[in-house]
Amino acid sequence: MAKSKPAAGSVSRRIKERDTRTLRGIVELADDVAKKALGGKEPRVEIPLRTRSNTIWNRKRGILEMGSATAERELFNLNQAKQFMQTCLHARGIKELIEVEKSLSLRGMFYKGLHTVAGTSEKTFTDQDESDGILEDLEVSLGALREELHIFAKKKGTMIGNITIIDSGDEIDCRRMGSGGYAIPSIVEPDVIQFKKCEARFVLHVEKDTVWGRFNEDRFWQEHNCILTEGGGQPSRGVRRLLQRLNSELGLPIYCLLDCDPWGHYIFSVIKQGSISLAFESNRLAIPEAKFIGVRSKDYKACGFTDDVQIKLNDNDIKRAKEIAAYPWFEHHKGWQREIQGLLDNGFKMEVEAMINKGISFVTEEYVPARLKAKDWLE
Amino acid sequence: MSAVAELEPPTTHVSKKSTSGTGREKKVTAETMASRQRDISVSEFFAKNRHLLGFDNPRKALLTTVKEAVDNSLDACEEASILPDITVVIEDLQPERGREVKQSRYRITVVDNGPGIVRKQVENIFGRLLYGSKFHRLKMSRGQQGIGISAAGMYGLITTGKPMMIQTRPDANKKAHHIELAMNTKTNRAEVTVDEETPDFPLQRLRGLTAGTREMSEKGEFLSPKAYPTGTSVTIELEGRYQKGRGSVDEFLELTAIANPHARITFVPPSRESAAEEEDVPLLKGGKRRAEGGTKEGEVAAGGEAAEAPAVVAPAAPVVTTETNGIILFPRAVEELPPETKEIMPHPRGIELGILLQMLKEAEQEEKGYTLYNFLQDKFSRVSANTAGEFCKSVGLTSRTKVGDVDHATAEKLYKEMQESKLPPPPTDCLAPIGVRQLLAGLLKGVRAEFYAASSREAAVYRGRPFLIEAAIAFGGELPTEDSSRVIRFANRVPLLFQQSACSSFKAVGETNWRNYDLQQPRGAAPVGPIVIMIHMASVWVPFTSESKEAVADYDEIRKEMKLALMECGRKLGAYMRKRLKMRREAERRDVFERYIGEISKAVNAINGTDTRKLFDALLAQAKKRTAIADLRLDEDGKKVKEEDPADQEGVIIVGVPNAGTAEPAGGRQAAEPASPSRKRAPGKPDPFAQSKAEAAMLRVAARAKADDDEPTLMDVKQARRAPSKPEKPRPARPAASKKPAAIPAAPPPAAAPIERKPKPKMRLDLRTGKPVPLDDAGGRLF
Repeated sequence: MAKSKPAAGSVSRRIKERDTRTLRGIVELADDVAKKALGGKEPRVEIPLRTRSNTIWNRKRGILEMGSATAERELFNLNQAKQFMQTCLHARGIKELIEVEKSLSLRGMFYKGLHTVAGTSEKTFTDQDESDGILEDLEVSLGALREELHIFAKKKGTMIGNITIIDSGDEIDCRRMGSGGYAIPSIVEPDVIQFKKCEARFVLHVEKDTVWGRFNEDRFWQEHNCILTEGGGQPSRGVRRLLQRLNSELGLPIYCLLDCDPWGHYIFSVIKQGSISLAFESNRLAIPEAKFIGVRSKDYKACGFTDDVQIKLNDNDIKRAKEIAAYPWFEHHKGWQREIQGLLDNGFKMEVEAMINKGISFVTEEYVPARLKAKDWLE
Repeated sequence: MSAVAELEPPTTHVSKKSTSGTGREKKVTAETMASRQRDISVSEFFAKNRHLLGFDNPRKALLTTVKEAVDNSLDACEEASILPDITVVIEDLQPERGREVKQSRYRITVVDNGPGIVRKQVENIFGRLLYGSKFHRLKMSRGQQGIGISAAGMYGLITTGKPMMIQTRPDANKKAHHIELAMNTKTNRAEVTVDEETPDFPLQRLRGLTAGTREMSEKGEFLSPKAYPTGTSVTIELEGRYQKGRGSVDEFLELTAIANPHARITFVPPSRESAAEEEDVPLLKGGKRRAEGGTKEGEVAAGGEAAEAPAVVAPAAPVVTTETNGIILFPRAVEELPPETKEIMPHPRGIELGILLQMLKEAEQEEKGYTLYNFLQDKFSRVSANTAGEFCKSVGLTSRTKVGDVDHATAEKLYKEMQESKLPPPPTDCLAPIGVRQLLAGLLKGVRAEFYAASSREAAVYRGRPFLIEAAIAFGGELPTEDSSRVIRFANRVPLLFQQSACSSFKAVGETNWRNYDLQQPRGAAPVGPIVIMIHMASVWVPFTSESKEAVADYDEIRKEMKLALMECGRKLGAYMRKRLKMRREAERRDVFERYIGEISKAVNAINGTDTRKLFDALLAQAKKRTAIADLRLDEDGKKVKEEDPADQEGVIIVGVPNAGTAEPAGGRQAAEPASPSRKRAPGKPDPFAQSKAEAAMLRVAARAKADDDEPTLMDVKQARRAPSKPEKPRPARPAASKKPAAIPAAPPPAAAPIERKPKPKMRLDLRTGKPVPLDDAGGRLF
């Protein structure tokens, strides 16, 4: 599926160029291996490091960027030999995909590269995680995005609201998506999705589909003229890219309603600054202007919740919270320091659903409107 | 069996003796008691206390009989400078008995090619207890007490009523004596029932015993008259139980063969084992090789081809124990007799007061006017004229004081002085170590391992008696991996089969830290793993814990030496283990690379069309090179250290290359795989590799043995070092009386003999040729 149907000739030409560039990268990689091998040198692939240490916090732009450090993946290294082989296998697989102009899911790529190593009983990949990691390596070492490698992830996240888009040539009116909403595809680049018409004034992004369902049933987006999205926990690249485009291309502010726990804080951090493992894509994924409207640690008292909604912080949560507080982009942010300290002082977490304890539509009718009105959020 | 009942009360005898006749109802007077007090014949005593001599049960009785006969044969051959060729035949005389019957009647025949026994000594040697040549001297030999073979004969007589049968031919040109004698336990004298001359030596009858013996006889390899020009054959019938496993005749012979690589031993076991009493563990798994249809390997070693070779050179063919048609052959692994041992005088610090008094008394009788001064010099080792003078002075006597004038108090004073004196340790040329190369040859023959190491310590002293410890280990190969290690113990080349845990050597094994050498070891116990540990103690007097000679007493000095010897072997093993681990790691690494190289080549080919085969070959070549380099780097943390090959260590044999990871050619390109020499071990399977491995090892031994001539330190530094203490002259031709069997080489070139054997000044073959020596006691021992 997902054979791209270019909307215009210019897009098609751009894809051609992009594919040619990707192909060149792959052939260069293979040429290098062959040259070194035949020349008696150890074949190695240079891969930019996707680690915390190689992630740079660009204070000025408010996003995480990838540093210049690279690691060499060596064939004659016990710990890397298999990965080296897997990298070659996937490079070959991608080349084939580009040549036949088709794309595959991450899982599809796992199966494409999967076979038994000749002469042994060992499989080329033990699980999909191994395969996914290699594909990310290839993305960064070829300097190509996932979609440029003709690979997509599974759909995750939903959208509904006052906007009409064109997805692969099909017009989609997001006002008429019933109770299910529009499923956000993994590739939302302008050659796949174009914005046609948008009345919405902002985007409300919630953590999970259960909360999203509540808001949709209450027609929150109609009443407040906005777009309602959810990312199923940690939002996928597709969701983040779509939010980023809504923000940068249509100038819509992004408000996030997430759980009051380290996980919620981290999701916000990723939406806002980008993630460590995808720092190389921060440019098109991070939304430095995103705002965190809740749930806040102060809400327990402010909204008068009962003890019943508390979920005790465990050791792991406390550790995580302290780590997040130490992130460079939170470290000097008084609001966030207070927020995280408040969470630790409370000693418990609160989910967005906790508000249902107070009233079925409390969150949609009172909590969020009040916050928006009062402009009470964290940046 | 009725005779047995008469002679042999069924229950414990000692207690019975002490209580019988002391009935309460009768008043016992000194007179009535006196009437019952009389001499106890030694033989009678042993007839009743046979467990003291190792005849506790039928199985052990069988073993002890074989053991005593074989020990005697080996001692006799060595004293006469004959390379021993011994045949042990056990016939089951009741083969039709029921399955559940645990014992049977056996006829044991042990034939040797020794010097034979002169006719008049036969009764004394075989018919009397405590009659022998070895008891009253401080000299290293197998037997010590002179009771063994006669006790065995007595046991046979008691259980079957059959006399002992002896054939002996002391003169190769004359007929053999055939004597049958039954021992009279009351008089400690043998009664001769048959005494005739016969040309039938060695016994023709035995050659047609089984299919196996017939086959070997046809080839002239079984009891051929040529191999036994002189010699003695002893036949004893007894009630016994034949069963393999621990403490069996088989184990005894296997171990004897290991400790006596210069002996050729042929064993014809009985047709069937007795009903099992318990599950017996086979001794050295895979130690024997079953030769289909009689392969030549072993025979070559013992046979004519070696005749031209110098004595020291190990045979080029693999010498391993073989089993052909039920006949077990322990071939000769070295064509070299153990060095002759000297008899020594006791060391002043090794005696006790009582013995000193006894010696003084004997000296007085020996010579009128014998001075203490002379006595001290003559009867003790390491007492010079000077020291003797000092001793005399220190107890207030002069150098002219006669032995007879030394009273008890002075003797005691003298004894004290002796204990406190600073004297050099006793001479050690009285000891004959097995030797590093011989140890290795012995183990190589009997144990199928991959690594062998041996070490021989310098002589040391306990209680004034010199002793020497040797240790050897065999590791890996076909030895069982899961079990605890096997400790095999020897004293003066005689295997010790029982009471392992009471033995000093076993403690030494437990106290050695084997974990240092990459072996698993439960706290304070023997290590676990595929390892055989051999310990040999050579001494003029081995301190056994009991009369049955089953365990060495735990003297600190002895245990310390044992540990040092074990550690020496352990270090060699450690070096090998590290090397093995390294090679295994290397192989694994290469294996990993090779596995993926095929995939990579194919992928790269699909991307840019590079020739798959060329790429594969190029990468494979790199993998090979790099794995070796990577190891150097990895093992020595960046520091490149000169690699030592464990095989270059002294006293080490390595059979085959340890290669755990089998590198398969990746990518299914067999043709593109130029060299994958690693091979899988297939234990238990008679693989053709085993043969070539053993061959290779033997060739190595041979090569090393040859190198020995120029470079004595390579294999057996101990012997080479000892050699200068003896006159440098070629080994003389053997006495004409003992005509050499064809297998024994002619007088070897001088350079080939690191150990010189002096010509015998006189034939001290008391046991066999006869020079009755008065009984006396030594070392405060019971017998």
